[in-house]
Amino acid sequence: MNYPAETLPQSPSIKSNRSIALVGNPNSGKSTIFNLLTGLNQKVGNYPGVTVDKKTGRTKLPGDTTAEIIDLPGTYSLYPRSADEKVVLDVLMHPEKDKRPDIAVVIADMNNLERNLLLFTQIRDLAIPAVLVLNMADIARKKGVSVDSELLSRQLGNVPVVRMNARNGEGLDKLKKVLSQEIVNQEEPFLDVLPLAPECIAEVKHMYGVNNYYEAYQWLQSAERLLFIDEQQQEQIKKTRDSFGFQANELQIKETTERYRKIQQVLQDTISTPDAAGQQSFSNRIDRVLTHKVFGYLIFFAILFLIFQAIFAWASVPMDIIDYIFAEFSGWIQDNLPEGVLTSLLAEGIVPGIGGIVIFVPQIAILFAFIALLEESGYMSRVVFLMDKVMRKVGLNGRSVVPLISGLACAIPAIMATRSIDSWKDRLITIMVTPLMSCSARLPVYTVLIALVVPSTYIWGVINLQGIVLMGMYLLGFMAALGSAWIMKLIVKTKERSFLIMEMPAYRWPRWKNVGFTVLEKSKTFVFEAGKIIFAVSIVLWVLASYGPGDDIAQAEQQLREQAEGSNDLEFLETLETEIATSRLENSYAGKFGKWIEPVIRPLGYDWKIGIALITSFAAREVFVGTMATLYSVGEDFDDESTIIGRMRSERNPDTGQQVFRPAVAFSLLVFYAFAMQCMSTIAVVYRETKGWKWPVIQTVYMTMLAYVSALLVFQLFS
Amino acid sequence: MLLMKTLDQLKPGEKAVIKNIKPSSLTIKLLEMGLLPGKEVSFNYRAPLGDPISVRISGYNLSLRIDEASLVEII
Repeated sequence: MNYPAETLPQSPSIKSNRSIALVGNPNSGKSTIFNLLTGLNQKVGNYPGVTVDKKTGRTKLPGDTTAEIIDLPGTYSLYPRSADEKVVLDVLMHPEKDKRPDIAVVIADMNNLERNLLLFTQIRDLAIPAVLVLNMADIARKKGVSVDSELLSRQLGNVPVVRMNARNGEGLDKLKKVLSQEIVNQEEPFLDVLPLAPECIAEVKHMYGVNNYYEAYQWLQSAERLLFIDEQQQEQIKKTRDSFGFQANELQIKETTERYRKIQQVLQDTISTPDAAGQQSFSNRIDRVLTHKVFGYLIFFAILFLIFQAIFAWASVPMDIIDYIFAEFSGWIQDNLPEGVLTSLLAEGIVPGIGGIVIFVPQIAILFAFIALLEESGYMSRVVFLMDKVMRKVGLNGRSVVPLISGLACAIPAIMATRSIDSWKDRLITIMVTPLMSCSARLPVYTVLIALVVPSTYIWGVINLQGIVLMGMYLLGFMAALGSAWIMKLIVKTKERSFLIMEMPAYRWPRWKNVGFTVLEKSKTFVFEAGKIIFAVSIVLWVLASYGPGDDIAQAEQQLREQAEGSNDLEFLETLETEIATSRLENSYAGKFGKWIEPVIRPLGYDWKIGIALITSFAAREVFVGTMATLYSVGEDFDDESTIIGRMRSERNPDTGQQVFRPAVAFSLLVFYAFAMQCMSTIAVVYRETKGWKWPVIQTVYMTMLAYVSALLVFQLFS
Repeated sequence: MLLMKTLDQLKPGEKAVIKNIKPSSLTIKLLEMGLLPGKEVSFNYRAPLGDPISVRISGYNLSLRIDEASLVEII
């Protein structure tokens, strides 16, 4: 028997629009329940002041009410370590009544109740009406675990207990029914913390008028981590702590130990667990292969290879389609709207700008589908396990592997994925080196430059030489990331200790629905978060490339037209329009700036035209190709890569007659693009994640220096 | 007094009972993860490079570095 929901008192005072927070340990099935409750009615926002994604959704409850569901990050206790975990405490303890959830639903893995109940009892003692969900009832049944829910409910203090198997939806109706009714937990806390530090806790409760002693205790413990406590209050609390000799760490241990003691008492009466090792040995047998000295790494690299292939092979068709649609649309606007600044802004700035964002969605979707699959199946924690020692040698963490792999698609979601790293130093170094991984925006640049100077010959008849160089570029980025991490490990100092204490969940079949939701959510976040910045920058760049000082542009255009009138040179007349486009760019602010930086980039073998490309690449690296097309007057069909390559190959320096894109220049450019921080969106996301300009500035400077010096070396070496 | 044996010194397949968690900034984290005095813990396997290790505690697998495991005293 579960909690007799039918007998709950029906209260007319229930808010018609309640907010319900889902909390639970990682791997407790929380996100499955969230997806089950909300379906497609989900949205991702931000918690005010922090960058942690806030996932919310709506659900229909019996009796024609709806509720807002907030999916809080997974955590093992209310003592937060990672950025994700801090949010949980902040939401649950918010002093403003209407910002606090009305109900907290704690999801617990029925097969590990002791550990799961630790978090539950802490939340229950915050005096938020709490519901306990015993999830994974199917596995428990198989294992022979039986729980007396009614007794458990009473012993925890009149807490509704719902047994669920989220994977097949069992228990969902019951949960919804419970949530539609009024929930009144017993008033006394599960654990009375007052004796831990009586005067101190009483003082804080009195000072700030918080609801109960446990909340006051948490104010004392976590004042510095709670966003709603201002600096003045933090100072006050610190003084209170000092004057009463409040030993925060010792008390945390004391509180936790006592909670466990009480939980063990409760579980003794309510749960019976036979000693079954079946499930475990199954997972351990798989582990014997997947974490094997040789096979473990082989399998991991095979999976990486597959992901890699998929990102580039499967995504190319949808990317081409997106590219085509946006180019067509841009052309359509130009042809059908009245000529003017607005039309040209739309056709040359806004539409290509949006296209430049959307084009990456296929790659990001495929990457996150794989990552979600690996997470869902339980394999990802094995990757962390396999790689931790290697990564630690260079100042990273086993958990850095996921961000680094994600960096191959795009640094923005990759940097957001570092939030799961609990040690700040490890996380910071991961953020700092992730942009060195060759993201998909570099791919078009690599392709063009490699095609320019590397012959498409085959070694042993199967291995393509261009392919090898391309792979070399990716390896170069990876090695640079590891090397930089190692140097930063020596420089960055923190008192905080790096650690890895991680649950390795049993292997399970991935739930396709969850994978789908993750892909949808990540793609949406990318389009709207990164999109905003790329969009803005592409408009700015359009202005810089379309306008110039004085009437230089107009004059140059007129000169060309006059020249054309008196000319019979058919070839010249044919390319007149593109010649004009080139001269416009040359005389624009962007062109002037390219010329201005020429002295700096000449040692690398670049001329001012490449200088413009370097500047416009700040919006997004792949803009390089488009800029080259405009600069070298490829004209209408600049989507055709072979045209650009042919045109670039025949380009000669007017002074020396030397080929501009000789191998030394192309390789130098390749290295420059591999290392340089040419991405506004990455800078913006690093600013958000590190909460200041210090780290993004350091990062931009070191990456630019690395790019410059390496490109210089490469150019000098090859020429 | 002899030095107390710690969790990292177990061999694959061996079992032991947790005696105490040495005081450190990670004590609370280890407790939260269920490494409680009096609990039985068994050693699963090491990562291929020797570190971290995987142990089984109250019905689930936990991985931790040798540095962290050496905070867990066992008998």
